[in-house]
Amino acid sequence: MELNERNTGMWSKIGSRATFGLVMADLGKTVDDLMVLTADTSTSAGLDRFKKAFPDKFQDMGIAEQNMVGVAAGLASEGFKVVTATFAPFMTMRCCEQVRINLGYMQHGVTLVGLASGVVLGTLGYTHCCVEDLAVMRAIPGLTVLSPADCGETAKAVEAAINSNRPTYIRLTGGKDNPAVYKTDYDFQIGKGVVLRDGTDVALVATGTMVYQALNAASILADQGISASVVDMHTIKPMDAALVEQLCKTAKLIVTVEEHSVLGGLGSAVAEVVATLNKPAPQLFLGLPGEFGKTGEYQDILDHYGLCADKIAHKVAERFSRL
Amino acid sequence: MDNRAATLAKITGMAKSMRKKALDIALEAGAKSSHLGGGLSMMEITATLYGAIMKHAPGNPQWADRDRFILSKGHGVLGYYTALSEIGLLSEQDLLSFEKTGSFLLGHPVMNRARGIDFSTGSLGMGLGLGIGVALAGRKRGKDYRVFVLMGDGECNEGSVWEGALSGAHLELDRLTVIVDRNGLQQTGTNDQILKTGDMAAKWASFGWNAVEVDGHDVCQLFDALNAAPQPGKPTAIIARTTKGKGFSFTENNNDWHHNVLTRSQYDLALEELNA
Repeated sequence: MELNERNTGMWSKIGSRATFGLVMADLGKTVDDLMVLTADTSTSAGLDRFKKAFPDKFQDMGIAEQNMVGVAAGLASEGFKVVTATFAPFMTMRCCEQVRINLGYMQHGVTLVGLASGVVLGTLGYTHCCVEDLAVMRAIPGLTVLSPADCGETAKAVEAAINSNRPTYIRLTGGKDNPAVYKTDYDFQIGKGVVLRDGTDVALVATGTMVYQALNAASILADQGISASVVDMHTIKPMDAALVEQLCKTAKLIVTVEEHSVLGGLGSAVAEVVATLNKPAPQLFLGLPGEFGKTGEYQDILDHYGLCADKIAHKVAERFSRL
Repeated sequence: MDNRAATLAKITGMAKSMRKKALDIALEAGAKSSHLGGGLSMMEITATLYGAIMKHAPGNPQWADRDRFILSKGHGVLGYYTALSEIGLLSEQDLLSFEKTGSFLLGHPVMNRARGIDFSTGSLGMGLGLGIGVALAGRKRGKDYRVFVLMGDGECNEGSVWEGALSGAHLELDRLTVIVDRNGLQQTGTNDQILKTGDMAAKWASFGWNAVEVDGHDVCQLFDALNAAPQPGKPTAIIARTTKGKGFSFTENNNDWHHNVLTRSQYDLALEELNA
């Protein structure tokens, strides 16, 4: 899936869910033995076009996520490449045991797509927000966990996960008008973070929607004389330990930024590497607190928890000043 | 002897041989215990499936056209490993390695396709979803293999079983058969004491399945039910009325044998009863 200004611009407007649906409609033409399953969520997943174009490759399993994951594994056991999609809390925690056994234990190559993760559905309350999916999925042995930075990377991640034939969870974040980090093509590899900006004082390691915010925060910090590198850590598991180690060699402070609870997500995964180093750097964890807290409009929640470029920059500068 | 009588005699002989092997495994397991009760209640079911119903190719356990079996009640391994041994996929030496460190035969099945174990099970309520996926794959590929999912009646406490019951009927998977080992007991009591499951056949029928009730130790009834042509567009549910611990005076309907240690003197007594 090659990125260019045209497709990334269009996807950026429609957001990651609709992008996922369009990407699937494209992959439906070329991937043999593809099967897409949803839990009465085909429209939410942007899959209406796919459903019409490839009725034989689509099956709605009804609002029954546990069964859906079992069926997905059964199909995968017979050689199908299976993608399942529903809202993130239901894709991960409602059927957690099925994911653990059918995907983790038995290693069936199913791609689970968690829609609208984070707090984008904040007006609907925390039944529909998802701030702990990275932590839960990361803890299951044998699962790959991806968290794309924007819509272009969502396209890359979906294609890579299907081709990997490995059990994978992909976490989609952000709403419509999801700003593009990538406007031209680049090399996406599962397990390899992307250094988007070099810097010597601070390393901002971000994932999902926070990559774009981190890039802007780095610009603000530069104006204040603080040189910050920015990494798009799209793979939460397996963590790119070599890159984290490399960052610790120059940066005096590691900052992780995620639209996820700071308990068990990107920050924890990075810390698990940093803590093992002979010369670890101190780490600042930016993200959501582990609480069912602020609700309402998406931007208001992000702002409340300081997950926007200016507040990120402010917190980083404050912590940097105390090193 | 005509063909049918010979087939039924073969199944009966197989079930007897499997019970003997189960006793050997249980004795060898010693203090580690084994799930003898639920293994013994399903012996005739797996003997009928592996002895007379399921298509399989000797020496090629991954034959694409084979019928598929999923032990959803994963703790019933004594009635599963012994059947795989009868068709030559497990040796008696393999069986006696049961639950020993380094053995591939654990207290719940671990996927091992070269040995005829297609899925890892043991977490209850998960076999039916897998079976639906396998049956759907067969239909999409134009294969006519059948898929058999064996579950326990206690297992039917799990909500995911009923998600699958809706789904199998909705998808009209007529190559899919669920067999419920209806022994009436679960880990800590009767179904009625723990969670009433009521009229199981009526439940499956109301979900849209071709529901059939049989005596789960009568190989004639089991063979006929499993051998019957599927009803077009409907999956089949066979409610097999069984006795937990079937075959031995001290284990039958005695829930102490859900998971227990078999002593040498109990083993000797059981062997005597088996050969009587």
